[in-house]
Amino acid sequence: MPSLPPIRPEDEEVALKTRPSGAFDAPVDEAHRSTLFEMLLRLGDDSLILGQRLGEWCGHAPTVEVDLSLANIALDLIGQATHFLNLAGEVEGKGRDGDTLAFRRDVLDFRNCLLVEQPNGDFAQTMARQLLFSAWQKRLFDQLSASSDDRVAAIAAKAVKEVAYHEELAGEWVIRLGDGTDESRARMTDGLDWMWRFIPELFEIDEQAANAQARGLWPDVDLLRTGYDARLQTVLAEATLEAPKPQRPILGGRRGHHSEHLGHLIAVMQFLPRTYPDAVW
Amino acid sequence: MSKDWPLWEVFVRSKGGMAHRHVGSVHGPDAEIALRHARDTYTRRMEGVSLWVVPSAQIIASDPRDDAQMFDPAEDKIYRHPTFYNIPDDVTHI
Repeated sequence: MPSLPPIRPEDEEVALKTRPSGAFDAPVDEAHRSTLFEMLLRLGDDSLILGQRLGEWCGHAPTVEVDLSLANIALDLIGQATHFLNLAGEVEGKGRDGDTLAFRRDVLDFRNCLLVEQPNGDFAQTMARQLLFSAWQKRLFDQLSASSDDRVAAIAAKAVKEVAYHEELAGEWVIRLGDGTDESRARMTDGLDWMWRFIPELFEIDEQAANAQARGLWPDVDLLRTGYDARLQTVLAEATLEAPKPQRPILGGRRGHHSEHLGHLIAVMQFLPRTYPDAVW
Repeated sequence: MSKDWPLWEVFVRSKGGMAHRHVGSVHGPDAEIALRHARDTYTRRMEGVSLWVVPSAQIIASDPRDDAQMFDPAEDKIYRHPTFYNIPDDVTHI
């Protein structure tokens, strides 16, 4: 009986790239696991932190209808965070679930982008942030729906419909405030100015993102940029606004280097579960 | 000019084949935003598959002072109910 051919290094490389869910007898690949965990934290934390931020509007929005709109977006985002963080805990395999990851980590362990932790400011600033984020998240989720990890693809495919609505609603408000009264226009201009410098971080490809991309988990975000810029340009043109001048980009959220705003947000968010651990209701 | 946004009446179709039903009203600066407010206010629990918003100011309502002449005369005309038709069991929403 002929013996099996030896396993060559290039065969190993192919084996490592196979899909973990589905591949028969796939080796437990630590690098794959930690990359997937990291990217799930980014996705989950983006949604969690922006959901918490928008929740701060509850009871304070300009009208009861806007109050509901903002709360709806917040709840959509918290729902996404629950899915992503639960899956992150499962992938990590150390017994942490979504709640543990959300409520028992400290600031330095959060992997959200800096854009979502920015303060609400006024309604215009909130809508500027929403447009910049949702337009990116929409294009990312479109691509993630084809992720090599079926679970990530399923969450993204479900969430992308929610996000399409967020993007549209935010766009409508940017248009109305920009092309509105002198005051609403000034506020929207300030809001966009505040948020603009956090765009480059959304398109940063660091080592983790490159790894995830090589494994088919993550899209090449460079390819999202054209559509993103075009979308913003369309909205700004209709809002009769100029795009803010390019500013010095601020990066670091994905490595846990956050602005001072995040600590305050997390303190409020985690107060209850930390004061009454394992409380149920 | 009032500082409040105009009022819009909201109509929801709960499923295909059913008529839109009036469910309430929302404020909104224009039709597009009013439609989104209606979506966020009245269909967040899967209540509908289609939405209409209509400017409340465009609704022509009967005058309550005319109630007597408008509605009372119908009170004793029970022969206007087509009660002698048999409706098949599997025909719903009639």
